Amino acid sequence: MASFAERMASALVLWLAVYLSGTWAVDKGNFKTCDQSSFCKRQRALKPGESPYRALLETMELTNTRLTLQLINDNNKVHLLLELYRLQGNITRVKINELKPLKPRYEVPDVLIREPPTEPLSLLSQDENGVVLSLGVESQRVIISARPFRLDIVEGHEVLMSLNSRGLLAFEHLRMRKDTQADPEPEKKEEADPDNQAETAKEEEEKVEEGMWEETFKSHSDGKPNGPSSVSLDFSLPGVEHVYGIPEHADTLRLKTTDNGDPYRLYNLDVFQYELYNPMALYGAVPVMLAHHAQRTTGVFWLNAAETWVDISSNTAGKTVFGKMLDYVQGSSETPQTDVRWISESGIIDVFIMLGPTPKDVFSQYASLTGTQSFPPLTSLGYHQCRWNYNDQEDVQSVDAGFDEHDIPYDFIWLDIEHTDGKRYFTWDPHKFATPKEMLQGIMDKKRKMVAIVDPHIKVDSNYKIHNEIRSRGFYIKNKDGGDYEGWCWPGSAGYPDFTRADMRAWWASMFAYDQYEGSMENLYTWNDMNEPSVFNGPEVTMHKDAMHGDWEHRDVHNLYGFYVQMATAEGLIQRSGGVERPFVLTRAFFAGSQRYGAVWTGDNAAEWDHLKISIPMCLSLGLVGISFCGADVGGFFKSPSTELLVRWYQTGAYQPFFRAHAHLDTPRREPWLFGPENTALIRDAVRQRYTLMPYWYLQFYQAHHTGQPVMRPLWVEYPQDPATFALDDEFLIGRDLLVHPVTEEGVRGVTAYLPGKDEVWFDVHTFQKHNGAQNLYIPVTISSIPVFQRGGSIIPRKLRVRRSSSCMEHDPYSLYVALNPQRTAEGELYIDDGHTFNYEKKEFVHRRLSFANNLLSSVDLAPDAQFTTHSWIERIIILGASKPSKVTLKTADGQESHIDFEFDASMSVLTLRKPGMNSGADWTVMLQ
Amino acid sequence: MSSRFHQLLPMLLLLSVGVSAVEVQRPRGVPLSKRQFYEEGKPFTCLDGSHSIPFDRVNDDYCDCQDGSDEPGTAACPNGSFHCTNAGFRPAFIPSSRINDGICDCCDTTDEYNSGAACQNTCREMGHKERESLQKMAEIAKEGFVLKQQLIQEAKRGIEDKKAKLVDVQVVKKDLEEKVEALRTVKETAEQPEKEAKERHLKNFTIRWYYQKALIRMEKDKARMAVVFLELDDDADGLVSVSELLSHSELDPDSDASFTEAEAQGLLGGVDKVDTEAFEAVWNNLKEKYVSEVTTYTAAPVETPPEEVREPASDNESEQYPEDDVQEDEEEEDEEDEDDDQDDADYKTPPTPATQEKKDDDDEGTMPPYDQETQNLIDAAQKARDDFDEAERALREVDDQITNLEKEISFDFGPNAEFAYFYSQCYELSTSEYIYRLCPFNRVSQKPKYGGSETNLGTWGKWAGPEENVYSMMKYEHGTGCWQGPNRSTTVKLTCGKETVVTSTSEPSRCEYLMEFTSPAICGEPPSRDSEPRDHEEL
Repeated sequence: MASFAERMASALVLWLAVYLSGTWAVDKGNFKTCDQSSFCKRQRALKPGESPYRALLETMELTNTRLTLQLINDNNKVHLLLELYRLQGNITRVKINELKPLKPRYEVPDVLIREPPTEPLSLLSQDENGVVLSLGVESQRVIISARPFRLDIVEGHEVLMSLNSRGLLAFEHLRMRKDTQADPEPEKKEEADPDNQAETAKEEEEKVEEGMWEETFKSHSDGKPNGPSSVSLDFSLPGVEHVYGIPEHADTLRLKTTDNGDPYRLYNLDVFQYELYNPMALYGAVPVMLAHHAQRTTGVFWLNAAETWVDISSNTAGKTVFGKMLDYVQGSSETPQTDVRWISESGIIDVFIMLGPTPKDVFSQYASLTGTQSFPPLTSLGYHQCRWNYNDQEDVQSVDAGFDEHDIPYDFIWLDIEHTDGKRYFTWDPHKFATPKEMLQGIMDKKRKMVAIVDPHIKVDSNYKIHNEIRSRGFYIKNKDGGDYEGWCWPGSAGYPDFTRADMRAWWASMFAYDQYEGSMENLYTWNDMNEPSVFNGPEVTMHKDAMHGDWEHRDVHNLYGFYVQMATAEGLIQRSGGVERPFVLTRAFFAGSQRYGAVWTGDNAAEWDHLKISIPMCLSLGLVGISFCGADVGGFFKSPSTELLVRWYQTGAYQPFFRAHAHLDTPRREPWLFGPENTALIRDAVRQRYTLMPYWYLQFYQAHHTGQPVMRPLWVEYPQDPATFALDDEFLIGRDLLVHPVTEEGVRGVTAYLPGKDEVWFDVHTFQKHNGAQNLYIPVTISSIPVFQRGGSIIPRKLRVRRSSSCMEHDPYSLYVALNPQRTAEGELYIDDGHTFNYEKKEFVHRRLSFANNLLSSVDLAPDAQFTTHSWIERIIILGASKPSKVTLKTADGQESHIDFEFDASMSVLTLRKPGMNSGADWTVMLQ
Repeated sequence: MSSRFHQLLPMLLLLSVGVSAVEVQRPRGVPLSKRQFYEEGKPFTCLDGSHSIPFDRVNDDYCDCQDGSDEPGTAACPNGSFHCTNAGFRPAFIPSSRINDGICDCCDTTDEYNSGAACQNTCREMGHKERESLQKMAEIAKEGFVLKQQLIQEAKRGIEDKKAKLVDVQVVKKDLEEKVEALRTVKETAEQPEKEAKERHLKNFTIRWYYQKALIRMEKDKARMAVVFLELDDDADGLVSVSELLSHSELDPDSDASFTEAEAQGLLGGVDKVDTEAFEAVWNNLKEKYVSEVTTYTAAPVETPPEEVREPASDNESEQYPEDDVQEDEEEEDEEDEDDDQDDADYKTPPTPATQEKKDDDDEGTMPPYDQETQNLIDAAQKARDDFDEAERALREVDDQITNLEKEISFDFGPNAEFAYFYSQCYELSTSEYIYRLCPFNRVSQKPKYGGSETNLGTWGKWAGPEENVYSMMKYEHGTGCWQGPNRSTTVKLTCGKETVVTSTSEPSRCEYLMEFTSPAICGEPPSRDSEPRDHEEL
């Protein structure tokens, strides 16, 4: 019970003293700027408009599935191979690699769910200046210009996107290292062989710049045996003023231009006390950017796992609204345009251009490449109670009892690193957690669950089974000299398993078997933290880039590491149940495709109002690139929140996909009942609101799993033609039908929410007050207010009988909230399954369409081939914006009719149908007369 | 869906330990005390009076009343509550949301009538257990309470003793004060002749001393003059010349950075050269400014001019004599510590025999011993001083005693001072890693078992229990600061026990410790037989 520091190994203390000292802001000096990353500096020094690349049209080959073409760099005569594919679903893939690299360059495996199916390309025309190909749909064409090389995708007369239009394609070819001592200056040989002896010619032309063959950052030296290998390409987006995505950054939803600072960086890093509103890299990286204007949404997926920087510039960024109007009035305006440039340290250029045209199309297109959000167990959508750390089994038991005592529901209680035996994952502290199964059984008796942390750093300790096995199987990542790579992390000296190896992942997965992971039970799930990977004594708190994963350098695979850790862990949880149960795994690091394996959170935030605010754009950005199951630590991880902030954070978190409270070891306890009865009641109310909406959340995840649509959405996704929505990130939609504008400011008495939709109406879910769309609505708030609105035209199923966990609510009846639009219609869906197995894949579920029109509300089967028996029934139907009927009749599938009692509140136009009582899975119709 | 329909349950109620059974009909989940509101066949009025519904809507699994009162036996109302009779144990209300949730909450299983949960009726077992434990607790409480009464008596006695003692001590104090005053007079009376005798002695001595001193100084000056002469006489011709003088620019009379020959000549009394004798005549021109070439030579310090020496001040007399200082030190140590040096300089300037010895070692005279008459006076005065000091010390001790007694008498040791026996005690608990030490009303600490220093977990702050039971918790605050965290603090929870022991410690939140502490002093009055838990409350 000494303080944290006293318990740590002395070397770790030393590190921590350095790492944790000082102020509450990130130590920016620990992380590289573009200038300190030699490839970024080299690439960024290139000036636009001087592209040395030329397409060698005579090398063009067009098959049924692809076009290939060589490019030549006229400066160094290096040949590149361009591959162009038309993929199903309006996607164009462009790959550029060296024609004959000295050794293979890394191509990212395992992220695409399959080799994307292609569609035929056809040649429309060709001359010495270029080639025109048809993309099949809507007069879409690809124009390849030869000199300089440039690629334009056009539809009709409109250019959708141009590649290398600014001439910033730059592909550093692999080369032999020259003996710099003997030949410090590149010697101009007069060979000038005009024939294709490019190999000799190009060597001579290259300048040797600093940082090409090694670079040092803060005493960490990066040997680069392969030399310079970076790649870069620019994209122009005519008509576009809004770009989004490329998480993870603590920044606004709408990405900013980077002309006056560093580019956005994608390099998974364990950033201590990250700073808000800047382009620094954080824990995860999804190299996907969406571009949007009122007529079209497109996306670019840059499939590269190395350190990546993204520059954004815009020709309108500097202009004021007035300036833009002036341009418009004078007709002198150039078209707005956003230019984006991607720079990666190694690998190849492999780009998927998703052509939309709607936001939903882009989501589907991206989902067709990397898959959709995994369908989580229903319970994982409930409330999660976490803290670093619950001290021991008694502590767990008393926190669990505290929730019952204060009648606050929760589903998962979490254990952080202190539950292990000396930070040896898969083990339990023999004193504090001596009988984990007893503890888990106690949790299970309440129909609740637990998550225990399993990090990927493995304590180097010959008495630790996991370490011994990994070492003896040769599964550790190697250092550049071939030995096992070791770094410092929580356990002290630690090895890092090579999760890029399929055999390693299979072994790791097998460790989650009940007979391997001692003390585990079926209600124990997993949390993968520190998987950037975090290496306390490594450069930028991560792994040395010259560490080796088999033949590949860590440099090549860095951003994939966390993705693979979660993949292997999720697989382990599936396997332990014989493939029956859905896994739940939370990860901090992620990459494109991570959505397939579970949830992510926004890492180690702080108990500050700005951190509460930023949770919205951070999760919105993740949702846009497929990762829907996102949340921020409720209350803030570092520091201690004021009571008001804590309450507001619960209110916000209750309406975000992953709802977990978490706190740092050094902060005072903050279980929901520790702040007096009023605040306990406020938090209880927020959590209960979450639980009443579980059917709606579950449906959203079912749909996300099927379609790739984000669960938590920016408004512009549903209102793509309304520019007022384009930059909104203090409010959001859950699915289509709920708009949430949480209170994220201290001490305010009101918020202004934008309600979109010119001909739409929105109903306050608490008061049923109706508001018109397309307006900024001022909403007076008190400390209990969570401004939430249901869209007129929607039907939302709720369960109003909130119990102590979501499992307890399984068979409870539904209440249907029918919010009528001005046309007096509404639509919604209801999805029910067992909540935890993969049996839904075997069509064991109920999926109904609920629709209201012409005073008829009916439930029809959306999946007639599916079968599932539910005990749940329809308890009440609340129709918002209704008029008073004279009678209400229920007609069931067998043709029987019965009268339904109802109440009508004329002041709010709310009609409540009392206890219609039909089974939720049945066909029925309710008639208002 | 049977759960949706109203049911009248035959309630099997066990009288005492099941001697006879009575069936009382009422809707599920309704406590007997509210039975009269649920009359079958008559419209039911929500208990908040808001509206009435047909009786068949009571417990029909749909919430009609805002207050949840129409669904006492179903989970339909979010704010409802369900009454478990729990025959054999204690009746209880549970939130409606726990009805049929698959988890057994009522020991009589009545909350899970339609969930398929396999609940066992555990009421009798629990009742038995509870009675046992209550009995045990009651026994403990009883014994504890007896002990507590003793503690209270002891505390009372203790306080009375202390109060009595206080009175005694105050009497002693008064006596002592008188004694001190008396002794002061004796002392002062004895000191007057002593002072006069000393002054006489000193005066005699001083005259001799100054004379001697002047001689010594003169000798020294001469010696220095000789050395300086030799130093100046660079060519060792037995004469100091103008040119030899010029090398000592510090002698420049107007210090204008140019030491001219004329000026040097002036210093030598207008001649170019002087021999030793003539040098003696001009020595006064030089000796103030002259800087020796030989740095190791330590010039005799310039003595304080005689006229600045104060006459020994009679009121400071005692402080001038080291033999007195020894005694004074103790008393005035605190005040004197900081300005000792200055004081030394101030009132030790007139050389006393002792200091002179230290300062000048052997080259100056020591004060001769006092004559017998003076010595007798001094001895007498010294004895008077010693007696006085002794008495004063005793008075101080008594004062401390009074302060402590008053503090203890007025300290909040609980309503009946039952916690007084903790005072100046310490209690330890040894865990696998640490030894915790609770010294009530003082501090809490933690010491690693295997080496390492002690950590302060807080010093006495206040009684910190809830308003109705403020003495159930103690708060110790402002302990050692936590690394990157707050200062450690400890809450000590007191529970009734026969023994006074620390039973557990924990750290529920970083650097906030919780200590469980049993003591008879917290034991409440044991419940009388009538208020023991019963299973027939509803009859």
